[in-house]
Amino acid sequence: MEQQPIQEIQADIVDEFSMFDDWMQRYEYMIELGKSLPVIEARYKTDENLIKGCQSKVWVHADLEDGRVHFTADSDAIITKGIIAILIRAFSGQKPSDIIAAKTDFIDEIGLKEHLSPTRANGLVSMIKQLKLYALAYETQMES
Amino acid sequence: MKTATLDIEKIRKDFPILSRKVNGQPLVYLDNAATSQTPKQVMDAIVDYYSRYNANIHRGVHTLSQEATDAYEQARIKIQKHFNAARAHEIIMTSGTTHGINLVARGFTGFLKQGDELWVSAMEHHSNIVPWQMLCERTGARLRVIPMNQNGELELASFREGLSDRTRLVFVNHVSNALGTVNPIEEIIDLAHGAGAAVLVDGAQAAPHIRADLQALDVDFYTVSAHKLCGPTGVGALYGKEAWLEKLPPYEGGGEMIEEVTFEKTTYAGLPHKFEAGTPNICGGIAFGAALDYLNAIGMEAISGYEAELLDYATAELLKIPGLKIYGQAARKTSVISFNLEGIHPYDIGTILDKLGIAVRTGHHCAQPVMDFYKIPGTVRASFSFYNTREEADRLVAAVEKARQMLS
Repeated sequence: MEQQPIQEIQADIVDEFSMFDDWMQRYEYMIELGKSLPVIEARYKTDENLIKGCQSKVWVHADLEDGRVHFTADSDAIITKGIIAILIRAFSGQKPSDIIAAKTDFIDEIGLKEHLSPTRANGLVSMIKQLKLYALAYETQMES
Repeated sequence: MKTATLDIEKIRKDFPILSRKVNGQPLVYLDNAATSQTPKQVMDAIVDYYSRYNANIHRGVHTLSQEATDAYEQARIKIQKHFNAARAHEIIMTSGTTHGINLVARGFTGFLKQGDELWVSAMEHHSNIVPWQMLCERTGARLRVIPMNQNGELELASFREGLSDRTRLVFVNHVSNALGTVNPIEEIIDLAHGAGAAVLVDGAQAAPHIRADLQALDVDFYTVSAHKLCGPTGVGALYGKEAWLEKLPPYEGGGEMIEEVTFEKTTYAGLPHKFEAGTPNICGGIAFGAALDYLNAIGMEAISGYEAELLDYATAELLKIPGLKIYGQAARKTSVISFNLEGIHPYDIGTILDKLGIAVRTGHHCAQPVMDFYKIPGTVRASFSFYNTREEADRLVAAVEKARQMLS
């Protein structure tokens, strides 16, 4: 099956969230999405894979398979887990170059704008940066 | 039970920020241990300063400078009187508690040697640990820890036994920022003095709730921050006994702290100016004085009584929530409730509370050793002030219950 482009997945997510009228439903849905997160293997839950700048712990691991990056992650906070699940849904299975070029405005559109502030302790910005860093590392590896 | 009498409705009108909305909900501000809100009276003092007599102090011959100097020195006297220090020059104006602690820690460098011992409590804020660790690195002195129990109370037995002629300094907070425990500083000061050691008390968290009588305590150093006392950020005070302040070397060099400067030698100014290099936060200092005036007009005893009742009420109501655990259940506490819900990360709770318009702090509260002691990543901390109400405590409880339902 052909992998949907990042933009389309993001549009799907925005559609899903647009069904909800208030923040509480959106948060409840995000928490639900967190439960479907492809969970990182225990051996990768290391300090090295921990994302800095989050009040809760977030671990991310990435594998390259057939030129596409596959992410797994986990967090000890359930809202954070929902956020990383949404990001991974958009980015996982994509080509490194597409991940690097991807915009993340959809976070704003699904009503999670407050999490985008760089000073926010949840580190959404750090998470996006980390996912893109993995993609960059694999792209460099593929080129060499 | 005696009902404390505070005209809360009137008091709340003094704080414009309390009527704002956050995320569409009326704000419930319960992060007072991080910083208190500012009443109009203090804002007026700030505006008045910049509107009428903004000038540099201590050296101008002109009227504005004289007026600013008088107001600033008047603020120092207000701080002296509030905490019952013997002399105004025992009050050093600082940028806050952290500055005061660093000033003393740096000053002790020349007084310590290898093998000397310093004692710290197990429930300190990082700002009352790190400067002393740095002092130990400079001097070879050793840091020892007064342990605490599960209730969040200090256990003085090992401290009592460990005191010796090697003990030089003891530093402890009056009230723990993470747990709200009121520490037995009277006993700690007595014991330390018995061993010939000096004591620094971090009063940042105590000052909004308890008026320390510095002469009665016989404490050597006591530090506070204005912004926890309805004053502005970036200003505070360090009390030091005259004899200690005379002995300690200056912390920073610069203008204002000198008597005479030549390229061969500089003689330092007397107290308190020796420790106040550079142009200080003049407006902040004056506003600090205005904040103390505001608190004293209400009355610290009335504030303490009201807050104690509010704390008891909020504690009892929160404990009705299934799976809620409070960290810090000391017999003597001030207005802090540090808690977690079983199986739920504090960050998640804080996020939901924010959406409901309730400001709390989550995390380790700059007291990682306390979190390590309880083996938790952090807590949710609701900290109350005299302008908070039972209705706000009810809203907190309802919001925590809502968070529990969403997150479990």
